[in-house]
Amino acid sequence: MSILVILEQRAGVWNRMSFETLAAAAEMGRQLGQPVLAAVAGERAAVLAAEAAAYKIDTVFAVEHPLLARYTADAYTTALEQLIRRVNPELVLLPHTYRVRDFAPKLATRFGRVLVSDAIAHRIEDGRPVLVRQLFQGKLNADVRFASAPPNFASIQAGAYRADSLAPGAAAVESFAPDLAAGRIRTQPGEPFRESQRGVDLAAASIIVSVGRGIKEKDNIAVVEQLAQALGAELAASRPICDNGWLPMERQVGSSGQTVAPKLYLAVGISGAIQHLVGMKGSKTIVAINKDENAPIFEVADYGIVGDLFEVVPALVEEIRKAKG
Amino acid sequence: MKTIVGLKQVPARDSLLRTDASGRWIDESDLAFEVNEPDAYALEAALQLKEKHGGEVVVLTVGPPRAAQSIREALAKGADRAIHIEEENLGRWDTLGIARLMARALETEKPDLILTGLQSDDLGYGQTGVVLAELLGLPHATIIMQVEKLDGAIRVKRELEEGWFESIEIPLPALVTVQSGIAKLRYATLMGIKKAKTKEIRRVPAAELVAAPAAAVEISRVYIPQKAKQTEILTGNAKEAAARLVERLKFGARVL
Repeated sequence: MSILVILEQRAGVWNRMSFETLAAAAEMGRQLGQPVLAAVAGERAAVLAAEAAAYKIDTVFAVEHPLLARYTADAYTTALEQLIRRVNPELVLLPHTYRVRDFAPKLATRFGRVLVSDAIAHRIEDGRPVLVRQLFQGKLNADVRFASAPPNFASIQAGAYRADSLAPGAAAVESFAPDLAAGRIRTQPGEPFRESQRGVDLAAASIIVSVGRGIKEKDNIAVVEQLAQALGAELAASRPICDNGWLPMERQVGSSGQTVAPKLYLAVGISGAIQHLVGMKGSKTIVAINKDENAPIFEVADYGIVGDLFEVVPALVEEIRKAKG
Repeated sequence: MKTIVGLKQVPARDSLLRTDASGRWIDESDLAFEVNEPDAYALEAALQLKEKHGGEVVVLTVGPPRAAQSIREALAKGADRAIHIEEENLGRWDTLGIARLMARALETEKPDLILTGLQSDDLGYGQTGVVLAELLGLPHATIIMQVEKLDGAIRVKRELEEGWFESIEIPLPALVTVQSGIAKLRYATLMGIKKAKTKEIRRVPAAELVAAPAAAVEISRVYIPQKAKQTEILTGNAKEAAARLVERLKFGARVL
């Protein structure tokens, strides 16, 4: 048996999460005494497979077919289903990207399995992997076991494993030609596009004040605007605030918005769902103000104030003004 | 156009969660429950399509009897009727099992479109919709920010990472998982709440649809995560805590 990693690329460029997933597989492979295999599908698959072969992997499969040039769930699922039936791995690991979220549940269903999605860690128990994943937007963790015979499926959260731990190697590269028919691909995707040029480059800000659901209503945004002003900070928000139209989408921090790493990130009334944390956890100093002491934002905060933001923020504005003279 | 909306009831967002005696799930006894937020957006998208193109919106829920409250809310907002697959113990079913229940319940419905939220706020697997599409043999798209009806098809705007999007054309019938923020959520009107009382909720015990299948995955333990970082919690009243924070930012982190 083996561990098969599905690497991801777009337009011939690696998604770096591919290598974090490879690192997860390498660790499990060592612990379970199983070889690690990898596969890359789509454009330039052969070239990319040759690049991946520089890591300690047994075999890298280049899954090549003209119908894989542009991603569709139908073509990717069928191609990978055929590869998995041929390789017969114990475990299939994928990076938890938006694309994987689109096709991997479908792929697992073809085998009567359930994808354990967005895993953040693993352990080996009785010679089998147990995966750790978050529940309730990060408030709780769960250990999840596979209850079925192989192959089993799991996807790995961004940043959960370190790609720089990968050992070099010289893998065999093998071409795999799936049997695909144009008539069985039902969706027609267009070219990816961006909505508009971004007016705000949050990544350039050295201090960011970010606001979440705790602000309760649009009129209260002024409360955090004052804090941003006092600090000379950019104002940002978590997704629900932008969904409600209280701040423009271009100010959103998180997986669907911008990724930032300022010197100081103040999260005000943000609970800290993983979609938000991935966009800001690289910040140098993180401050969280939240009324719920169990909010996941405190997991990543250096300093925390548990309290009502409508009392804390005005007091903080006053103290900052004093300190700045 | 007949649209099915998959809708789940989950613990209210600000619930204080405790694990139960088994250590494998949460203690649900003192919790309040609400409509899973992404599903509320799926319902909104369905109602807006109906307002534009006519047809019917049918809510489909798997859950214990308490989930009827969330179903009634959806009916009050404008859904036409509902199917409630009743199951006291959701924990016995994994995603595939839940999707099989939904697929069986939809056999006689022949919908044009199925909408679900992109994930649940409790388990957060983010895949019931996709698995359901596969079981029903339907094309699908996930994380959708816009649905436009064409002739015999839909065009959807799919969110990609880091502010990118793509537009996809999908023939009907199809399934789409909806991203939060697709449209502004409506409130139920008094008239809507009144009307909802007369709308049909078809209750089907889960056991009548599918004999409980062996789960492919199972939760063996639920627990509060260990902190990755040492957080210094600044105490005192608002003014004291604020003063302590400013001192740390000035002299410790040196960012002021």
